[in-house]
Amino acid sequence: MFPFSFEWIWDLGHMVFHGGLWYALSILGLGMTYCIVKAAIDSAKGNGGHHH
Amino acid sequence: MDSALIPVGVKRCPLWKFALGLAVVGAVLAWGVYAMLLCWIKGLNQTNMNDYYGFALWIWADLAVIALGGGAFFTGFLKYIVGKDELKHIINYAVLIGFICYSSALLILAIDVGQPLRSWFIFWHANVHSMLTEVAFCLSCYFAVLTIEYIPLILENRQLDKVPFFHNLSHNMHGIMAVFAATGAFLSFFHQGSLGGVAGVLFGRPFAFREHIAIWPWTFFLFTWSAAAYGPCFTMLVTWITEKITRKRLVKQSAIELLSKISGWMITTYIIAKIIDTWYWATTTAPAKGYTLADFYTGNSLYGYWILIAELVFGGIIPGLILISPRLRQKSAARVTAIILAVLGVCLNRWVMVLQVMAIPVMTFDHWVLYYPSWQEVATTILPVAYGIILIMISYRYLPVFPNERELNPID
Repeated sequence: MFPFSFEWIWDLGHMVFHGGLWYALSILGLGMTYCIVKAAIDSAKGNGGHHH
Repeated sequence: MDSALIPVGVKRCPLWKFALGLAVVGAVLAWGVYAMLLCWIKGLNQTNMNDYYGFALWIWADLAVIALGGGAFFTGFLKYIVGKDELKHIINYAVLIGFICYSSALLILAIDVGQPLRSWFIFWHANVHSMLTEVAFCLSCYFAVLTIEYIPLILENRQLDKVPFFHNLSHNMHGIMAVFAATGAFLSFFHQGSLGGVAGVLFGRPFAFREHIAIWPWTFFLFTWSAAAYGPCFTMLVTWITEKITRKRLVKQSAIELLSKISGWMITTYIIAKIIDTWYWATTTAPAKGYTLADFYTGNSLYGYWILIAELVFGGIIPGLILISPRLRQKSAARVTAIILAVLGVCLNRWVMVLQVMAIPVMTFDHWVLYYPSWQEVATTILPVAYGIILIMISYRYLPVFPNERELNPID
């Protein structure tokens, strides 16, 4: 649910529950975006032959 | 035939043997899938749930696998946040077991909701006054975390690792794994707790109801604590079973002993808190609602005092004492006995908090109602076990799950 949904109410319950959900999803989404974009750039530069 | 996919320097059984094993477990899986389809196509009339038992075998299985899967978040927390680097020897397997447990929990819930196509309603039409909403949010997000933690292991497959993009992606994900692990620990703390909170807020069920701190009943903290304490025991138990089946040592003894020690202290402190909670509930909370302890443990053919003793003594005190003793936990037989008792103990706790709660009469005209699951419920509960075995078999064969396997099992 988003604040523009008709069911949305600006109360503590909605803000805490959905704020927590978006916070977690944002961290996961940004983290994965960073990993994928950096992997694409590294691969384009020809890196990737070494083992970690 | 599939030797190009098997990690370098390790030995695996012939492909025909592997395929035969998959076929045997796959038959059990197919039985579970058949029962699952019956539930989806014909409806929940395939179960023995009724007006007394809205929560039944599936919810117990859910709570049990989520507690047992707690080994992933707690081991990740210890390794990435606390800095117990020794646990790097077992973290991959802990993540795999956690992934299986949480995907199983979601699968069981998908059967239990009856109409899985509407499962997105809980996110869009969320009831923000329900602890189960928070459980659904955290469970889904944490499953995403476990998937993210499992992906690098898949990408480290011998052939996939040759692709530069996959190699770099895996490397980058390892680089920021602490961020994902911290998010996972945050999410786990809340959903493990809220699963306990669901029982603790049932003021109409004196067997489950507990006193609160703010909005959180004691059961909230006890469930989180027990998942962190007992989850690593399940990780160690599955590791031990895998070592017995493969006839190899797969994890360094130092990692097992460290995890045993931490788990032992967590179980011991948890069981002290649980005994205090039980004592206060039995002497204050329940009597205030007009009940005596005997009302919960007599007058029926199944739930006697034995279940309370089994949970506290055999599922808590004994495994806790064995695991905190350096002399005992170094002995394989004693350690394995302790972790088996611990796993049974936490499963029994979840059973009591789901099914005994439902069985006890609460109205003057009520009576004890016992419940027997239908074969469809049993089959769909065994289904995730078969799925888990298959995923472990495939992962063990093709992925570098155990980083020390080569070193511990040199090939001549």
